Amino acid sequence: MGNWIRSHMLLFFLGIFALLTCYPILFLFGASLMGNPEIGQVLGAILGERTGFVRLVLIPLYPTLRSYVEILLDTPEFFIMFWNSVKITGGILLGQLLVGVPAAWVFARYRFPCHNLLFTLYMVLMLMPFQVTMLSNYLVLNGMGLMDTQLSIILPGIFSTFPVFLLYRFFSSIPVEILESARIDGAGELQIFLQFGLPLGSAGIISQAVLGFLEYWNLVEQPLTFLKDQRLWPLSLFLPDITLSNAGMAVTASVITLLPALLVFLAGQNYLEQGIAASGLKG
Amino acid sequence: MMKKNVWKGVFFLLPSMAGVSIFVLLPFLDVLRRAFTSAIGGQFVGISNFQSVLTNDAFRQAAGNSIRFTVICIPLLLLSSLALSLWIRRIGKRGGFFKSIYLIPMAIPVSSIVLLWKYFFHGQGLLNGFLHLFGISGADWMNTKYSFWILVFTYLWKNIGYDVILWLAGLSAIPESIYEAARVDGAGERECLFYITLPNLLPSFFTITVLSLLNSFKVFREAYLIGGSYPEEHMYLLQHVFQNWFRDLSLDKLSAAAVLVFFIIFVLILLLKNRLQKEDNI
Repeated sequence: MGNWIRSHMLLFFLGIFALLTCYPILFLFGASLMGNPEIGQVLGAILGERTGFVRLVLIPLYPTLRSYVEILLDTPEFFIMFWNSVKITGGILLGQLLVGVPAAWVFARYRFPCHNLLFTLYMVLMLMPFQVTMLSNYLVLNGMGLMDTQLSIILPGIFSTFPVFLLYRFFSSIPVEILESARIDGAGELQIFLQFGLPLGSAGIISQAVLGFLEYWNLVEQPLTFLKDQRLWPLSLFLPDITLSNAGMAVTASVITLLPALLVFLAGQNYLEQGIAASGLKG
Repeated sequence: MMKKNVWKGVFFLLPSMAGVSIFVLLPFLDVLRRAFTSAIGGQFVGISNFQSVLTNDAFRQAAGNSIRFTVICIPLLLLSSLALSLWIRRIGKRGGFFKSIYLIPMAIPVSSIVLLWKYFFHGQGLLNGFLHLFGISGADWMNTKYSFWILVFTYLWKNIGYDVILWLAGLSAIPESIYEAARVDGAGERECLFYITLPNLLPSFFTITVLSLLNSFKVFREAYLIGGSYPEEHMYLLQHVFQNWFRDLSLDKLSAAAVLVFFIIFVLILLLKNRLQKEDNI
């Protein structure tokens, strides 16, 4: 009996905690479906329109898609930023696939002089905050004339060492016998990578893509530092001044920014969890 | 193994190595040079750039905040996520659901934070409305020294799911047979926790610390979006100083500070890495 109570108390506590964790998403979805009068009533207090406090947002009483129509049809700058985000995120992830995946494969499956030294170097670089390498990046980007172009964000992103580190964990776990027997059958190194490495490491590659998406969809420092032209900015820097007349639009913009991330998150959840777990295995 | 194969294999590494060298390593040598030379004229000035960084008021305040943030956040995150993961494991199958729910904040875009935190922490926001029910009058949290704690909260909220999964991975690596043997010998829950679970989690502990540290640098995004280049002084972080020096083209100070922070993190990682490998050998 005592055990039953305890386990249900635990469940209750975890549930409350889960609700608190997710409430922001419920709030955003709820508020995005409200018309301006309702939003004014609910959020008026923080928009300087009302005294008292904001109200708890759960479900809109008068749901409407007006804000969605407004932002998708009448706000071209939002559209441009959305597209910028897609280009930057897609470019980086594609580049990492071409550059990072083979590099991780080599670190995991070959032993060569300076192997450990190089891998430690990759790990150290992975842990450096952007601001430490910012000046290095700038000197090169400026020299190449890439400042104020989206390549200034995509190129350094491609050579991030985090994917190499993460994929290393996945590739290392492939049993050596499989690769040995392929070699004995006369498969070349490229063939082994393409026929065995890629399929056997595909879970890792998807994990990396999911983690990477969440990271690059939210870039702040890089565009802020390397892009002066605001027309090149990604969605993560879309911050309209929130007033009563555009509060609905601001909330809806958040929801539309959130949607791709949430879809990737839900579709790739198992992979995401695998990826996180792999990043933590002792190395 | 066959030498020829190895060299053929290493060929795949070249694109990555080339990129890392071009974008980070080689220019870092230039940054290193700049750290010891004057901004105009480029004469060798010894350590005077470092001196001017370390005596700079903005830098000192930001370093103080950043260190305070790290020292408070990381233990808090590690402990709370460990507790959650132990509970999740205890409730068995249903735990998987919670594990996934706690990850959701990772998907919430940083740009939404501005609106969300205004809704929660504004002087007339939800938190104060809630406190009002109990007759407590709150503050305009984001414009007081509590802004620092909002940042701490943001970090915990965003990262707890990530760390829970890391802990759960560590927990699942502990063989069930150890627990069974201990229970046969009469060990209770408490003994199992202190003598089996925690010692066996030690190797995960160091890696999780490193990853939590890595993620702690990212709160700058929220701090910047909420407060801009000069936020409330308690959430003015080292990253703000770097960004501001970059914008003002104070490249001499920026170089010295970058070199300084690089070496601090470098030494920190090496220390942790050594600890890690020692643990592995046990």
